[in-house]
Amino acid sequence: MRNVVIVGGGPAGIRAASVLVEAGLKPILVNETRQVGGQGYRAPAKSLALDIKSLMGSEAGKYQRLHSLFAALQDRIDYRPGTLVWGIHEKVLHTLSDGIAGTIPYDALILATGATDRTMPLPGWTLPGVFTLGGAQVILKDQGCLIGNRIVFLGSSPLLFLAALQYHKSGASIAAVVDTTPLSAKRAALRDLAASPRTLARGLMYRAALHMAGIPIIDGATPRGIHGEDHVEGVRVTDGRGRERLIPCDAVAYGYGLKPETQLAELAGARFRFDDIFRLWLPEVDTDGRAGAELYLAGDGAAIGGADAAEASGALAAHALLEDMGRPQPQPELARLRQEVERLRKFQRGLAKAFAWPVAQAAALSDETIACRCEAVTVGEIRAAIRAPLGPREVNRVKAITRCGMGRCQGRFCGPALQEIVSGTCNVPIEEVGRLRMQAPVKPIPLHAAAEMEP
Amino acid sequence: MRAVRRHGALLRLTVDGNTVEAVEGDSLLAVLLLNGKAVRHLEFGGAPRAGFCLMGACQDCWVLLGNGERVRACTTLAANGMVIWTDRHEAKANA
Amino acid sequence: MTTKTRVVVVGGGLIGTWTALLLVKRGLDVILIEKGIVGAQSSGVNFGNLRLQGRHPGQYPLSLRSQALWENIEELIGDRCEFEKTGHLYVAKNDAEHEKLEQHARVAESHGLVIERIGRNELRRRWSWVGEEPQSATYSARDATANPRLVSVAVARAAQHLGAEIAENTRVTEVLRSGEGFTVKTANGRTIGCDAVVNAAGAWALEVAEAFGETAPMFAAGPPQFVTEPLAYRITPSVQAVDGSVIARQIPRGNVIFAGYPRTASDPVLNRAPVPPVKTLNGMRSLMKIAPFLKSAQVIRVWSGIEGYLPDMLPVIGKSETTPGLFHAFGFCGHGFQVGPGVAAVLVDLIVDGKTETPIDLFSINRFKNEVLVSDKLAKEFDAPAASGSRAG
Repeated sequence: MRNVVIVGGGPAGIRAASVLVEAGLKPILVNETRQVGGQGYRAPAKSLALDIKSLMGSEAGKYQRLHSLFAALQDRIDYRPGTLVWGIHEKVLHTLSDGIAGTIPYDALILATGATDRTMPLPGWTLPGVFTLGGAQVILKDQGCLIGNRIVFLGSSPLLFLAALQYHKSGASIAAVVDTTPLSAKRAALRDLAASPRTLARGLMYRAALHMAGIPIIDGATPRGIHGEDHVEGVRVTDGRGRERLIPCDAVAYGYGLKPETQLAELAGARFRFDDIFRLWLPEVDTDGRAGAELYLAGDGAAIGGADAAEASGALAAHALLEDMGRPQPQPELARLRQEVERLRKFQRGLAKAFAWPVAQAAALSDETIACRCEAVTVGEIRAAIRAPLGPREVNRVKAITRCGMGRCQGRFCGPALQEIVSGTCNVPIEEVGRLRMQAPVKPIPLHAAAEMEP
Repeated sequence: MRAVRRHGALLRLTVDGNTVEAVEGDSLLAVLLLNGKAVRHLEFGGAPRAGFCLMGACQDCWVLLGNGERVRACTTLAANGMVIWTDRHEAKANA
Repeated sequence: MTTKTRVVVVGGGLIGTWTALLLVKRGLDVILIEKGIVGAQSSGVNFGNLRLQGRHPGQYPLSLRSQALWENIEELIGDRCEFEKTGHLYVAKNDAEHEKLEQHARVAESHGLVIERIGRNELRRRWSWVGEEPQSATYSARDATANPRLVSVAVARAAQHLGAEIAENTRVTEVLRSGEGFTVKTANGRTIGCDAVVNAAGAWALEVAEAFGETAPMFAAGPPQFVTEPLAYRITPSVQAVDGSVIARQIPRGNVIFAGYPRTASDPVLNRAPVPPVKTLNGMRSLMKIAPFLKSAQVIRVWSGIEGYLPDMLPVIGKSETTPGLFHAFGFCGHGFQVGPGVAAVLVDLIVDGKTETPIDLFSINRFKNEVLVSDKLAKEFDAPAASGSRAG
């Protein structure tokens, strides 16, 4: 019996497990969190009086189906919740569970590691009260808590209006939704967005609902900074007509779309290519998610596609794995899944064009702005290091000299901005400044984790 | 702030020497945000921080427990009797 | 374009950059040629220890000469590069290890180093974080640390400021004998005439040596290193277990950096030096034995590098045996950081004066003509495949 392991308990991981179970396998499903569903479809604790149907809106049906699917699978898989995979080496996963290090050898591996928010440094973005947009949604679903009492939703993301609406429905006071997307970019991207008219319509609906609720929506804005002494007190923006505005608030939900969590894929041997629409280094996968020998990537961790694409790509990766084991797979089903994944990922590429990563904002950052939250490295320190004689011109070298990206998060949150700052300061194309390399541990592990293991 | 009520056992924790209440199932981060402004203070310069990603990725909400353990507040559940320090003076943990 | 200069230094690591600096200070023309970026290989990723305790007996004159340069670094290059005289604490857990410490101490003392013998009680009184396992220690106050990420670049910058040419991203394709001197050709089309060539190309140095009919059994490996999150500053000296299981130091910023054996395989062709997670766990376990108060500290980052090793665990330093005007300095076996500036000073002696007062016969490339004594460290400090495996490029 081959050891098949899935990492990630979101839509992609669950669907992959389901296909493998139907084929008679008993995969190990490793999930870092204690609840399944990933970040987007996170199962709330039963003790919370959450109206999940209202919170999930049009996605409530899919959400319920996914959780029912998992409930039916649970006894037919080897489920390991609360287990972090912190390293991968020579076909062994290195794990941490309840503070104890362990290993899981595998023959074939499906990584469904999901995504986190992509954020751009901004003066004041390290103040208490500033959270990622995705994080604002997670704490609502996971904890039934809001990030503040009066909230600004700031950034450029298809989730901006959805999150603001979820907060509004949950009783939050929304100070404003500040959309930094240039209107011209939105118009230009409409053609790609037509690939998924239903999603497009949903986006417009969220916006209309917020508008009807009397929530100020500021389009085409440029963020100038977040104010406050030891906590957020307001957001300063220049609106689409060039007027400077200060919006008082006590919390900010901030984000520019999502970025795949690719650290484990890198450790497992995936190769990377630069994607000029997302402006990110993404793992190389074929249509079915193959990323190397016995290595499969699915869901947002492979390419941002949303929950539906995650489910379909999870199923596809499992079929690919079975096919590579020499078991013939139902070709019409594979064709349908491929079509679905391609359509949804194409749509997301359209969204990435519309809700563009703010390259100009990186160039305009003041020298005092903190770029690296962990090590408190400023944009000015990075620029000065690059401009010094024999200064570094590649991101890993910039990291070595400045410490930007050296801290606890390992460059997850400063990496994309660092690439822009290096590219802008050196005046070279972004694909030529490299990407931060990864080594295990992908997240911090305590020394005592090793104590229980035999050397 | 809480958007909805949580049903469950009442917990008592100590944050920087003050007793706070929580409900079983609350994350440490939720408890800290419901009872104060900052979750920790940066090692370099002491600026207040209160987490950022809320999903275990940014590592900006590590706190010190009374038993000397260091934990990520957003992914750690509150427990009765927990002692939490939001600054980095390890010595306090043993006081 | 043909440029006429005196010395071409191949390799922009610690040895190459210090050599370039000390040569321009003596008034020579210098071109340093680096295939990639200055200080990016083992010179930039090593542990950063300027350790004097426990060195090979024959290395002490060189080491002490080097330490004097380190102690003067700010004056020499205008940058401290986090140089700190931290001291070095060498700990033993039993009588056999204690005897080993005593042997090391006697050698160091014979070269004038001051070594303090520390008993069990004094050890914990002076360094309260030391755990139960260490039974005795020796302490050398002159040992120091510096930040390897910064040093080579800063030295190269100082050399450049004084007129040396630093050519990064330039690969040497050929070194040819030309009259009394050499012609160096590069992949980007340069042809450089010079009177002397310094081969300081680290794990890649055999290419130059073999072009002149000499070689050494060098192989590539790397030192796995780990670092914790920033913690209150408590461990002031660097601390090392004499059994080789771990070496650690804390920087004033708060991070504890630690490294352990065995060393890892690394690949000079693909330019990769992955750290297997098992190494990290072993290092964590070993560090806890020396400093148990760190048990809840989080490891946040690891790295390794590509270093050249030789079977007797000694470097090659000195004149070429086949070619006048060619000088070698490579294969530092993970011990190059401390001796780097001293090696550069010796090379400058040889190039400018034709001789050096510092004894270096032990490090001659000639020794590999005969059967070489294999160091017992080879079995202890390396994974089996690394020691027998990938030949350095």
